[in-house]
Amino acid sequence: MSAVMWDRFQFGFTVTFHYLFPQLTMGLALIIVLFKWLALRHGDPKLNDAARFFARLFGLNFVMGVVTGIPLEFQFGTNWAGFADRSGGVVGMTLAMEGMFAFFAESAFLGLFLFGEERLGQRKHLMSAVMVFAGSWLSGYFIVATNAFMQHPVGYAMMADGRLRLAHPLIYLFNRWAFWEYAHTMSAAVITGAFAVSSVAAWWILSASFPKHGISCLKVVIPLAFAACLLQLFPTGDRQGKLVARYQPGALAGMEGRFKTESNADLIIIGQPDPSRRRLENPIAVPRVLSYLAYGSFGHKVTGLDDVPGADQPDNVVLLYYAYHIMVGLGTLFIAIMGAAAWLLLRRRLESCQPMLWLLMLAFPFPFIATTAGWLSAELGRQPWVVWGVQRTANSASPAVSSGDAAFTSLGFLGLYSVLFVLFLFLLGRELRHGPVERATGREEAQ
Amino acid sequence: MTAFWFGALSLMLAIYVVLDGFDIGAAILHLFVARSDPERRSVLQAIGPYWDGNEVWLLAAGGVLVFAFPRAYAAAFAGFYLPLMLVLWILIARGMAMEVRSRDTSPLWRSFWDAVLALASVGLAILLGAAFANVIRGVGLAGRWFSTPLFTNFLVSRRPGVLDWYTVLVGIFTAIALAVHGGLFLACKTAEPVASRSREAAVRLLPWQALLAVLVTAATIRVQPVLFGAMLRRPLAWPLEFIAIAAPAYAYAQARRRHDLWAFLASCAFLACMLAAGCAGLYPHLLISRVSPVWDINAGAAAAGSISLLSGLWWWPASFVLVTIYFANLFRQFRGRVATSDDSGHY
Repeated sequence: MSAVMWDRFQFGFTVTFHYLFPQLTMGLALIIVLFKWLALRHGDPKLNDAARFFARLFGLNFVMGVVTGIPLEFQFGTNWAGFADRSGGVVGMTLAMEGMFAFFAESAFLGLFLFGEERLGQRKHLMSAVMVFAGSWLSGYFIVATNAFMQHPVGYAMMADGRLRLAHPLIYLFNRWAFWEYAHTMSAAVITGAFAVSSVAAWWILSASFPKHGISCLKVVIPLAFAACLLQLFPTGDRQGKLVARYQPGALAGMEGRFKTESNADLIIIGQPDPSRRRLENPIAVPRVLSYLAYGSFGHKVTGLDDVPGADQPDNVVLLYYAYHIMVGLGTLFIAIMGAAAWLLLRRRLESCQPMLWLLMLAFPFPFIATTAGWLSAELGRQPWVVWGVQRTANSASPAVSSGDAAFTSLGFLGLYSVLFVLFLFLLGRELRHGPVERATGREEAQ
Repeated sequence: MTAFWFGALSLMLAIYVVLDGFDIGAAILHLFVARSDPERRSVLQAIGPYWDGNEVWLLAAGGVLVFAFPRAYAAAFAGFYLPLMLVLWILIARGMAMEVRSRDTSPLWRSFWDAVLALASVGLAILLGAAFANVIRGVGLAGRWFSTPLFTNFLVSRRPGVLDWYTVLVGIFTAIALAVHGGLFLACKTAEPVASRSREAAVRLLPWQALLAVLVTAATIRVQPVLFGAMLRRPLAWPLEFIAIAAPAYAYAQARRRHDLWAFLASCAFLACMLAAGCAGLYPHLLISRVSPVWDINAGAAAAGSISLLSGLWWWPASFVLVTIYFANLFRQFRGRVATSDDSGHY
């Protein structure tokens, strides 16, 4: 493998592993703020217990996010010096702002939030929860804005030596692409958090350990999850797709598995792309809908991969196609699950509907899969560019770093993160065994 | 303009060393000054609320470096590839050790993480010192990029490794200086007997710190004459030097009188002035080439476009004020000593 391949593998692996944690903490931050606020307003101690319980889970996931996030800030320079050198003058702005505005807010209030409840009192504690929430959501924006520039570069100018400089800071910061990508990413984070909370709540009800706490939690998170699932599809997912269709036709062709340019293009639901024979096997499709979804009219032409120059085509069409279809498929499924749960909640039959509770309890891994597939779609679709149409991935790695170095560190990260993940699961199990209220066990009372 | 950003970066690095320095130092010492489990927990309670925020100064400085001097960031980070990766892995191990240590009650589990925390902190202090020493000593830049082996023959040559006698010396000096710093912090923040033991450890190490400071200064003059010449030409930076020389003696005297806060503040001044003096001597160099001055990467040439730097003048000071408020609030909320018997905390 070449150095660039190792670099790509390393960044892909470390960023995918890292993002398992922030998506949960960003979603949980909002839910914890809601729980605390509702507990203060309505005086429901069960929600305050739940807020405290999920704060412990939040703390564990947050630490994992912090320690796995540090390498990403370094890797732009260590492994992608070509990118940092040429585009750093632009993307450096959001990277620096993320540090100054977001990381400090998160870290300075996290300690207060995690172990300052008795010191601070309820109102200040809620304030610190709000600050952690604001910091983490702000951090999300700066990173998405950085990625949006790579997907759809705006607000920059090229200097004589080929390096980019910022020409319009505000246009760069408020890139239209960033707005929709952020909305899409954050509703996904809320879905992840809400699925995790409803999974724990369903478990409390099914195991009859803390049924009242479980129901209190479900009443808050099911409506939230349903709203986020709907937003995920429309408008945010829809608008993102239209932007891709407009600015990255090669990426759209890869995602949809289209090799030939067609008007009245079908929307492929299921099928297996065969890149060697340039066609899709066993397709199940909805006629003409893709043209409408991508361009707003049924007769509109949709570009196929055959009309994209070879050097500008995504280099892993198969993975891109599956990642995109897994994301869309799961997203549709989430609407169905949460829609049914919301309807049962409305009819007051949720706590007695065993199958639904089982489904909620077991569904928590799927949002993680969907978000990972979503990022894979975005990033594989951007290939072969690191900054779309401006800088190629092949010219972005560090010239002075050998493939041996990149392989060594990639293996190091693989090993280290495997250990971290085992450790995380062990600690997660410990935290879950704690309930939302400390209770003396029967055995202790007997003695 | 580039001078402003060079200064901003130096300021952020100085704050990083002063703040993260005390939690790294406390973690270096904690195996010796805290012996029982409640004592060790009290050390973690003392640094626990701060370590993450302190570490962000390093990340934020990295972010500002990409923003202001992308060319220098790219060359330096790719050039110091392996040592930076080691720093990353150590930072990961350290953060995990701090946060998971008290989540299980098994004595074996806790001893293991205590050892990881101490070792990672010693390693981090040495590596950070060596990294700064590399920037001062200069690197084998001959072209736009360079790559540094981890070590060669440990001599300061035209193309030295990351570790040679000079950078190792600075690394050891850093580890001792941070241990003193952490000891004085614990003397302020913990209850007896940890506070007395920490104070004593700092008092014992302080003479060594002063001796090494003299040695490092002499070695720096020998290894990098450019820096010393620049220092002589910049009288504005001289007070930094005088404070750095006087601070350890003052810290020693105050610590012996048990004026812990004054001793700790003197240690803060020492670290900040040492680093600031180094940066003042470096200016305008971001990376010095040991091959030929032609290849030096200077602030002016490495800077991002001027609109970028101008826009930064709007948001950077504002964010700096906010961060100052956050930290003042954090230190105020957790003021006072940590009781050893306190079971309510997070650690």
